Amino acid sequence: MQPQDIQKILASHLPDSQISVEGDDGQHFAAVIVSPAFRGKSRVEQQQMIYTALGSHITSGNIHALSLKTYTPEEYQQR
Amino acid sequence: MDTLERIKQQIAENKVILYMKGNPTMPQCGFSSRAVQTLAACGTKFAHVDILANPDIRQVLPQYANWPTFPQLYVNGKLIGGCDIITELYQTGELQKILQEVA
Repeated sequence: MQPQDIQKILASHLPDSQISVEGDDGQHFAAVIVSPAFRGKSRVEQQQMIYTALGSHITSGNIHALSLKTYTPEEYQQR
Repeated sequence: MDTLERIKQQIAENKVILYMKGNPTMPQCGFSSRAVQTLAACGTKFAHVDILANPDIRQVLPQYANWPTFPQLYVNGKLIGGCDIITELYQTGELQKILQEVA
């Protein structure tokens, strides 16, 4: 699994989002996702959307560890 | 009772419950330890389940919750989050509010 694979999967589930994924050992990744789809959702709900999108890649252990930061466009601007 | 029923019952019967590695006195993982410390800092009593001692729960809960990692904090039947989210909510004061409402 490469960062760009994860990036592609997430981009197909979350249109109009800014997604950056890093990680160079094929197992541990860190992703920052800025998406309008996160508006009105709790932090848990936002991250659950990511887990749903990645589905079997998480449960199979292809992705061993994924550190997530999720923002709405408004939250991201205020940082 | 099957594992999923046990989980549902635990979450329903305990207003604040932490699924963790180890127990609050001897956490077996840094993330679980931080979650325990944060809850303690809020002065909240909480139930806990050691998933290392309950491998069936460790296997079933992530699928049921759509949340792959531990610890997992539930308040009033709702998943609040793992270590990162618990810490973030504590820093913004939201966690204290959530816990006060069920105290």
